[in-house]
Amino acid sequence: MARRTAPILKQLFQSSDKSTHLGLLSRFDPKRSVTYMPRPGDGSPRAVTLIPGDGIGPLVTGAVQQVMDAMHAPVFFERYEVHGDMKKVPEEVMDSIKKTKVCLKGGLMTPVGGGVSSLNVQLRKELDLYASLVNCFNLPGLPTRHENVDIVVIRENTEGEYSGLEHEVVPGVVESLKVMTKFCSERIAKYAFEYAYLNNRKKVTAVHKANIMKLADGLFLESCREVATNYPGIKYNEIIVDNCCMQLVSKPEQFDVMVTPNLYGNLIANTAAGIAGGTGVMPGGNVGADHAVFEQGASAGNVGNLKLMEQKKANPVALLLSSAMMLRHLQFPSFADRLETAVKCVISEGKCRTKDLGGQSTTQEVVDAVIAALD
Amino acid sequence: MASQIARRVLRSRANEIFLAPSFSNPNSGRVFSSFDRSLSSAAVGSDLIRATLFPGDGIGPEIAESVKQVFRSAEVPIEWEEHYVGQEIDPRTQSFLTWESLESVRQNGVGLKGPMATPIGKGHRSLNLTLRKELNLYANVRPCYSLPGYKTRYDDVNLITIRENTEGEYSGLEHQVVRGVVESLKIITRQASLRVAEYAFHYAKTHGRDRVSAIHKANIMQKTDGLFLKCCREVAEKYPEIKYEEVVIDNCCMMLVKNPALFDVLVMPNLYGDIISDLCAGLVGGLGLTPSCNIGEGGIALAEAVHGSAPDIAGKNLANPTALLLSAVTMLHHLKLHDKADRIHDAIVNTIAEGKYRTADLGGTSSTTDFTKAICDHL
Repeated sequence: MARRTAPILKQLFQSSDKSTHLGLLSRFDPKRSVTYMPRPGDGSPRAVTLIPGDGIGPLVTGAVQQVMDAMHAPVFFERYEVHGDMKKVPEEVMDSIKKTKVCLKGGLMTPVGGGVSSLNVQLRKELDLYASLVNCFNLPGLPTRHENVDIVVIRENTEGEYSGLEHEVVPGVVESLKVMTKFCSERIAKYAFEYAYLNNRKKVTAVHKANIMKLADGLFLESCREVATNYPGIKYNEIIVDNCCMQLVSKPEQFDVMVTPNLYGNLIANTAAGIAGGTGVMPGGNVGADHAVFEQGASAGNVGNLKLMEQKKANPVALLLSSAMMLRHLQFPSFADRLETAVKCVISEGKCRTKDLGGQSTTQEVVDAVIAALD
Repeated sequence: MASQIARRVLRSRANEIFLAPSFSNPNSGRVFSSFDRSLSSAAVGSDLIRATLFPGDGIGPEIAESVKQVFRSAEVPIEWEEHYVGQEIDPRTQSFLTWESLESVRQNGVGLKGPMATPIGKGHRSLNLTLRKELNLYANVRPCYSLPGYKTRYDDVNLITIRENTEGEYSGLEHQVVRGVVESLKIITRQASLRVAEYAFHYAKTHGRDRVSAIHKANIMQKTDGLFLKCCREVAEKYPEIKYEEVVIDNCCMMLVKNPALFDVLVMPNLYGDIISDLCAGLVGGLGLTPSCNIGEGGIALAEAVHGSAPDIAGKNLANPTALLLSAVTMLHHLKLHDKADRIHDAIVNTIAEGKYRTADLGGTSSTTDFTKAICDHL
């Protein structure tokens, strides 16, 4: 039996090596730490699942593909068509994401009030993408009403108000359950504080409505407080969600990292994106223990409207910056830096801007400008 | 309930000299036909209207005095009936508000409430909750407009938020399923949604607004917000001259902070309403300048100041009475005293626009009494 199992065991170990990049590194030198210079032979291309989505999705993901090609980034995309009115995400797409572990996605439009449950939420639940991260910051050269904005909104992505558990009690009375668990609240709090620690952020703010929803949001706050005690170097405070919105529109510079449950996170992320320059420029991603899906940060307007599609004037900046985050996640920081610098250069010049930033360019013109700015 | 009606009718007959004649209508309207209920009380002639005034705590008495003074200078035909929060719990209402206070609001139909600090402790309901439940205040109306002369980052805000006030996420029904798992119920009923949608469209019509937007998250919470939207659509069909649209809440938040001029009247369920109305208050300059009015069954209107009682500046003549004054103006609009309301409103706006008399929170150095006097001079 040992003779028969030995080759199988060898194959198992070899294949598990190939599927993680830690395995890749260990093939060359298990003790060498990651440096920020691309090593020869280390840039073996990574597969990334690409879901163009609905509306302006195909336009902006096409833009990302063009820029990746121009940069010779070591990623290749596996395209899958998914549309918002499908009943569930097709099996082959899920298998692909589970294999590649990284996905880049355009917006999926959920029909309002129809019997179809949101595919975005389904994707998040199945892959257990428990943290959604949106980074809202002032881009140099882009005039906005608020200055000095640099907020990261970390939002719990799997439970809370979006559990989808609704039923009609009697005709005319409908109930919806908001479920909060200690497990998920702890998970997201740990992620938020770890993110703040690793990225040198000074303050974490928990957003809640525990004066009204005492048990549910109280549980969330308890978990945050517990985790906060493990990070004495990071300041922690709590703010009620309506006060938070008011402060965001008057004094956004007081916020740094915000950790929120599901619904409030959605609102706060969109508000913060709006004050910092619009949803067309904010990057974001959904992260789980094993998988990551990158998409335009704020969820408002990520499908666009018919006019934007026809005139091809959608803003690709958000998805470009998200793909830079993805490159960093895939451990290609040099490519990520190049891409971000190019995009920021194009925005600060101000010559090529789409309609939502006050310009008149089309998507293609912005892409060309970014490719030209790559150096 | 029959005895209550009888008592009210007898009382209203006895007080006929003081009450405006239409006051028997709201009560009978409620009893006999739910569709005929008047959504606003009308003031007729030169009879004095009785209104209940709750000065509240902290800076409450000072700003209430301010309001009384301005109304006296403007010769508004209102007679105030003051009620104070009691010192001990009234067993009939289970809170510090006495049964008499609540009865007086029910009888008069209008009220003005200053900031109240709920005393900490158990065994009683919060004051706001008591008022809401006992008076059945189903809609919270907050007009938000930029005050010319007080510069904020947004200068073109002119919108009204109407928020359903009784159900939704704030039902308070929570329980722990097992250790570490908590459920909270969000309840939406057809009746409450229809009620608030009716009020929203009625308000839009009577105030000359041409668009109503319903804010929802029905792509995720399909049945609950779907029901709310269905009710709004039903009511929209009855008002074909008013444009109706539906906006998802994350879109709404984003559009509000980028371009608040896109919205006119917003109608929403409880939680979204709370967040959006405070967001809009932030756009125009904060809670110290925001009026608010709660509408109840039978045409009751309770205008209130939404800011806190600011115990640190109580008694020092430093408080800003603008929020309570603007709320009182909303109350006058509800009473259909539009010309008086407009006069006082213009006086307030002009005083702030001039910039000579401003209280400390607006960046000036005037005291409450100086500010009030300036408004009276502007009338």
